[in-house]
Amino acid sequence: MNIQLTDIVKSFGMLRANDGISLSVAAGTIHGLLGENGAGKTTLMKVLSGYQPCDSGTIRVDDREVSFDSPEEAIAAGIGMLHQDPMDVPALSVLDNFALGHDRRLVLSRHRSQSDLARLCRRFGFELDPDALVGSLTVGERQQLEMVRLLALGVRTIILDEPTTGISAPQKVLLFETLRGLAAEGLSLIFVSHKLDDVEQLCSRATVLRDGRVAGEVLAPFDTDELVSLMFGQCLSEVGRSDIAPGEPMLEVADVSVRTHRLEITNINLAVRAGEVVGLAGLEGSGQGILMQTCAGLLRAHKGRIRLGGQDMSRSSYHQYLQAGVAHVPAARLEEGMVGGLTIREHVALAHQPTGLMVRWSEAEGNARERIDTYRVVGRPETPVASLSGGNQQRLLLALLPEHLKLLILEHPTRGLDIESTRWVWNRLHARRRHGTGLLYTSTDLDELVAHSDRIVVFSGGRMSAPVPAEDITCEELGYLIGGKGYDA
Amino acid sequence: MTRERLTRLGYALAPVLLTLVLACAILLLAGANPLQALGALFLGAFESGRKVADIAAAMVPLLLCAAGMLITFAAGLWNIGVEGQMIAGALMTTWVVRSIDVPAALLLPLTILAGMLGGALWGLLIGALRTYGRVNEIFAGLGLNYLGAALTNYLIFGPWKPPDGATMSGTEPFPKAAWMPTIGSTRASWLGILLAIVGIVVVYFLLRDSYWGLKLKAIGLNDRSAHRLGIDTRGNMLLAFAACGLLAGLAGSLRATAVYHRLIPSISGGIGYLSQLVVLLSGLRAQIVPLVVFFFSAVQVASPRLELRMSLDSSIGGVLQSAMVLFFLLVRGFRGRMQTAQEVVE
Repeated sequence: MNIQLTDIVKSFGMLRANDGISLSVAAGTIHGLLGENGAGKTTLMKVLSGYQPCDSGTIRVDDREVSFDSPEEAIAAGIGMLHQDPMDVPALSVLDNFALGHDRRLVLSRHRSQSDLARLCRRFGFELDPDALVGSLTVGERQQLEMVRLLALGVRTIILDEPTTGISAPQKVLLFETLRGLAAEGLSLIFVSHKLDDVEQLCSRATVLRDGRVAGEVLAPFDTDELVSLMFGQCLSEVGRSDIAPGEPMLEVADVSVRTHRLEITNINLAVRAGEVVGLAGLEGSGQGILMQTCAGLLRAHKGRIRLGGQDMSRSSYHQYLQAGVAHVPAARLEEGMVGGLTIREHVALAHQPTGLMVRWSEAEGNARERIDTYRVVGRPETPVASLSGGNQQRLLLALLPEHLKLLILEHPTRGLDIESTRWVWNRLHARRRHGTGLLYTSTDLDELVAHSDRIVVFSGGRMSAPVPAEDITCEELGYLIGGKGYDA
Repeated sequence: MTRERLTRLGYALAPVLLTLVLACAILLLAGANPLQALGALFLGAFESGRKVADIAAAMVPLLLCAAGMLITFAAGLWNIGVEGQMIAGALMTTWVVRSIDVPAALLLPLTILAGMLGGALWGLLIGALRTYGRVNEIFAGLGLNYLGAALTNYLIFGPWKPPDGATMSGTEPFPKAAWMPTIGSTRASWLGILLAIVGIVVVYFLLRDSYWGLKLKAIGLNDRSAHRLGIDTRGNMLLAFAACGLLAGLAGSLRATAVYHRLIPSISGGIGYLSQLVVLLSGLRAQIVPLVVFFFSAVQVASPRLELRMSLDSSIGGVLQSAMVLFFLLVRGFRGRMQTAQEVVE
């Protein structure tokens, strides 16, 4: 099946996620789609698989123009997508999930579904127990289930969105074998990834996206340097770093392992000293978020020790972390950071360690005004925080932080902010360093990481690189590490 | 009047008008004169001092339960278990009256405390099922309502049955020392009225001005953020259930000591469910609750009269109450949709 996308444009509000992307995939090939977070990969693939319509542009399948209003229509036309988070029904059995959408008659024929499932599993060497609950499967097994389900629906083009994230090494070998086999049978496969190794091993051709446009198209054998520079662009020159000498260790992470349902990080060692800024690089969901939540007491490490200012916190609760002087500023401001329906004044009242039974509203009002002034929030004390702009929400989050902190953890502190706000936020953060606060933060902006960190560590698929002094690292080296290359075995 | 205010007034009156239209339609279908019937329904409750006292008596438990429900609603919890909490309060009260030997002057205060304690414990049980057992509070509350009703029947027909045999009319009457003093020979008890007023006023200020109220509001709006902000979400939810139970338990206790002077099988009388409608109709605002409670109670007192005078079934009052809540929610939903549509256009 030949797929041809021409001039696809898709905007979300002000953001042009896809800005005139063209791409063609030949039958019987595995086509890589590379790019950073936010480059437009997933948006493009959702357009192709019928999950969302594009604003303009055309899709041609075997030289026939098509348009899909739903995933069902795309599947009927032979295009199926394997999502990063499997879209199955965890409470149902493997067999029931397989039969979903597959058996279109009124009465399900379990017997026929069962033999279909067994046949497909045999063919690809998958070992799926039809009666197991999907919720109990590993990510890799759920992926296998989703793949045989799509194939049973007669799909001839499969889009795989970051399929190697969260699956085991043997599962990955099996997956690649399967994909090569399918390509040999004439199926078209689109392999969306940020992992350079995977793309180099598997794909015959790769398209690199950056900022919603095609940055380039490359044929195998690939030149890694070329891929990296296409993905990340050229780095700006370095910015003068501050001259604050780091002090005592504020955070010590020793041999920490944390398991979540998606990803596991193992044997992490890291220290953040007073006044030091440590930047965490890596594509989203590579493990840096897990480490930060663990350091804030929001996740519990099942192995290893965490010390704050010399005090062992390995078994402490989130509240104890708060009391010990740690703050975590989440990227999802209204989902996790603030309560959208409450006003600025109410947030200020809550942030002041409440004493006594009744709120002293006049005091809270004064405090709110003071913080609004100092942090230049565009809003009034009675403004609900949900109606503030993103930049003002970020300013308010910083305004609500306690004055003295040992460790300040920030997820994407300047995401979505304009240049002026970004500079302002960093001024504030550097001011806190001078008071001895250690900073740990993530960013997807390599320039920002290099400019503001003392040291940088990179995450890829749950692995952490050794910390590198920011002044010694180049964006290119960062790009390699983010793409999963250059780690110790 | 500006256009905006007119619109707001329109939205406020629409549910009332829609309810009246529906009521007229039902009354016409039943072959009654709608004007006469509605007149009897709304004015009938005020024809004598005794009737007014009846309204006051009916308001007491409803106001207490609604006050409690305001607390759990603030924390974003659907506390369906108010009925059970009332029952628990009545059971504890009855137990105290039957089993504890105290001077007559201390008996009534003790029944009140027992009722509050019973309701609070029952509420805590629902809260614990929700926070530790991960049982949705709706199911926990509903399940425990049935358990409470069954427990009442067991006690009335078992250990607490009167010497001359168990009947649906309940236990033996309480001794006079356990009767709430009433105003004259009416059914209204001044102590009950006072407690209900204190209850709603305290809840109003608690939710408006206390740190606890602010925390509950944060939890109700977004419990994840609330947790991140350092609020103990579990503990405060438990406390909200307990506080609601305390007020509902008091209501149940007063039903036993002020109205029936005994424990009867359906001691909660559906008031717990009714209070939910009250709170929804008041838009979760404590200052509106007394008005709604007053209206509901007046309709309730007048309904039986309809049956006597116009041979209409007295359930028409309940139909009106429920219809008004539905229309209120419907109009509010419609208004929300119109506003979003407007924002999108802008």
